[in-house]
Amino acid sequence: MAKIKFKLNGEIKELDTDPSRRLLDVLRDDFNLTGPKEGCGEGECGACAVLMNKEIVNSCSVPLANVLNKEIITIEGFSKTKRYQVIKDSFAKAGGVQCGFCTPGMIIATESLLNKNPHPNEFEIKIGLSGNLCRCTGYNLIIEAVKLAAEAGEGLW
Amino acid sequence: MKDISISINKVDNEDKCSGKAKYVADYKLEGMLYAFTVRSQIAKGEILKIEYPELPNGYYVVDYKDVPGKNIVKVIYEDMPVFTTGKITYLYEPISLIIGPEKQVLNDLLKQVKITYKEEEPVFEWTDSVVHYHFDKGLGEKAFQGLEKVEYDYKTSYQEQAYIETQGFIGYPEKDKVTLLGSIQCPYYVKNAVVQALGEKEDNVRVIQATVGGAFGGKEEYPSLIGCQLAVAVKKIKKPIQLIFEREEDMLVTTKRHPSRVHFEGYVLDNKIHGLKAVVGIDGGANIGLSGVVLSRALIACTGAYKIDNLDISGDVFRTNTVPNGAFRGFGAPQMFFAVEMFFEHVAKKLGIDPLEFKLNHLAKQNDFTSTMGIFRDPVLMPEMITKVIETSDYLNKRKEYEKSEFKGVGMSLFFHGCGFTGSGEQNHIKAKVKLKKDKDKVYILIAAVDMGQGVKTSFRKLVSHILEIDIERVIFDNPDTDFVPDSGPTVASRTMMIVGGIVARAAKEMKDRFDEESFVVEKQYVQPEYIKYDEATFKGDAYPAYSWGVNVVEVEVDKDTYQVSIKKTWSVYDIGKAIDERIVMGQADGGLAQGLAYGYLEVMEHKQGKIMQKNMTDYIIPTAMDMCPMETYLFDNPYAFGPYGAKGVGELSLIGGAPAVAMAIEQAIKRRVFKIPVTPEYIMELINNGEN
Ligand code: FES
Ligand code: FES
Repeated sequence: MAKIKFKLNGEIKELDTDPSRRLLDVLRDDFNLTGPKEGCGEGECGACAVLMNKEIVNSCSVPLANVLNKEIITIEGFSKTKRYQVIKDSFAKAGGVQCGFCTPGMIIATESLLNKNPHPNEFEIKIGLSGNLCRCTGYNLIIEAVKLAAEAGEGLW
Repeated sequence: MKDISISINKVDNEDKCSGKAKYVADYKLEGMLYAFTVRSQIAKGEILKIEYPELPNGYYVVDYKDVPGKNIVKVIYEDMPVFTTGKITYLYEPISLIIGPEKQVLNDLLKQVKITYKEEEPVFEWTDSVVHYHFDKGLGEKAFQGLEKVEYDYKTSYQEQAYIETQGFIGYPEKDKVTLLGSIQCPYYVKNAVVQALGEKEDNVRVIQATVGGAFGGKEEYPSLIGCQLAVAVKKIKKPIQLIFEREEDMLVTTKRHPSRVHFEGYVLDNKIHGLKAVVGIDGGANIGLSGVVLSRALIACTGAYKIDNLDISGDVFRTNTVPNGAFRGFGAPQMFFAVEMFFEHVAKKLGIDPLEFKLNHLAKQNDFTSTMGIFRDPVLMPEMITKVIETSDYLNKRKEYEKSEFKGVGMSLFFHGCGFTGSGEQNHIKAKVKLKKDKDKVYILIAAVDMGQGVKTSFRKLVSHILEIDIERVIFDNPDTDFVPDSGPTVASRTMMIVGGIVARAAKEMKDRFDEESFVVEKQYVQPEYIKYDEATFKGDAYPAYSWGVNVVEVEVDKDTYQVSIKKTWSVYDIGKAIDERIVMGQADGGLAQGLAYGYLEVMEHKQGKIMQKNMTDYIIPTAMDMCPMETYLFDNPYAFGPYGAKGVGELSLIGGAPAVAMAIEQAIKRRVFKIPVTPEYIMELINNGEN
């Protein structure tokens, strides 16, 4: 057991728990944040993606110990922002959402990408999304959504 | 009024983007226990003894002795036990569930289960035929005499659905009821299976669909198995229980696309195939389940998009001691269209004719007989669709140019999909019912159709609001719950919009005539078009009420050193009758083609001694964004009289042409004939060393 303090969606949290627990389980079980999904449990699919200090990480592969003093933003937290609105509208417009299981992770990946590179070209977008699997869409409509978001969100990133 | 095809915002975008949409793993019930599955560690034999460790308080074992009803999962062919009674027929066959409050403890307990077996020699060869079909057309093999014979063999391997959300259920008791909430395509398949396994009254079983994270056929019949297991556990323990697979378990034990072998003999005169013999085999795995139906769809597609007058067609489902295979988008058609498209290509080459010209000379037309002596009743737009794809892809020039260059190629596939169940399945087995309920200013769609990403929540609300000429917000369509919705049939076979949508549209029209009444219900049932007469035993008659058609062109480059294939671009034209929402259809078109392409060159799954070798998303490669290329897609309207606004099936069509098109493109790029998929770098190397052009 260890005391672990971190910022979660804007609030300071302190947990006294096993530090080897996966961040994904802590988010889902302790905080009832079920936006991050478990698709593979081994860092391959990106369904569990969250932002850690603004960068995308797969929360299934992050032990809680690594979160100490970091800032975590899940889709629940991110969905309160203006950037989210722009990305969501772009996903809707492009038709980038089918079953939706990959979608929160895809949106986190989009934010992480645009945060670093507000005007990505197609290749950079593909790299930015390459850690997130989607079995439904074939990706093109998601790539399109990221392009739309970059345009529509001019100045936001 | 606006054209129905004009896209609207999908109704579930908001919830799915924000993470609010609830999938089965997102529900947590008070006092919920977890279930882990005890599985066989051998592929064939008999269990002599099982020793469970001592269970702590609050932990349980549930096995076949707890099944109060029939210990058989109700699917089309009933040969799969809910829990084995001792006979083991494949590796990791479910034996029992261990259930309790702590996952860690369950894991430890699972490791301590000791099972003694009497092992038997497992069968992996395709020798044990459990289903055999045969049919003729025209003169059958009598017509073959004296004609030139050209023969080739084709092979396809497994494909895994790889939905990103794994299989799962939560079950809980409600008074006398057992209720299951799950990631499923077919609420009534699960309900009917559970009723049989529990030996319960219909009213005592309730099945509710949670948001589904992808299915692709993988959640058609498999959930009936784990649904029954969980229901038995809930009945016994009387507590809420969660049974959700981890990825590895899901990959190792759930149903996959049947591996296939197709032997074709074409009988040729004057550059035309006058007779075709096909001998088809598919690997059913350890249970028959849906395999017979998969085989019959494959056999019916044996002539591809072409007309051949004389047929001698036979096929077998082979039972092996491997994981049972089952439904996967396309359902036998992807295997057969790969084989038949390659066969036409290869016969043309052998005869020294241009393959496209050869195919065009055989193309089926309106009023031609199908392989089963049904009739293609509706206009066939393939010539116009092919012209369109040639124009947009510059196919003819590229084809010529790449003949001269190395490691570049284009391929074109022509294909159809028979929409809905094969034969009289709708009329005889499904008997779909729908309800529309008006309650003051709201209209409720009561059907069992599941939105698994393909957008039926949006398209059905749109359909009804369009007919009633009311705002879409006034039309409600919740996830199906068998306590409230009638059995409109499973969400499979590209039937949902065409068949269920057709009934819903009829109900909506009646509702419109009475719309000034405050509250009422309209109930409608499927009525089979009169012309559909099909004899399942002889494969004679109209196997499908309608056909959707497609053309794919795929351009590839093959790396000359690594033999890695990269797809440059695809061009597609589809006739799906009429799109109820164009953006949704385009999404289906892209997603289906991505799966079809990957089936052709990327996705490798195989078993060794009955053990699936790809056990996670690292081993089993599905496309990532990096693998994708631009896809250009066009839709041709060709309204079908019994579909709502003319709609036919969409979901499966776009998967079917991908594999043959990519295989033909690779064939051109490496100047070697391709006979199996996936066309991996290893296979390309083998062909370059030993293949023929
Ligand atoms: S669940 Fe974390 S990457 Fe797949
Ligand atoms: S929308 Fe289903 S996995 Fe991406």
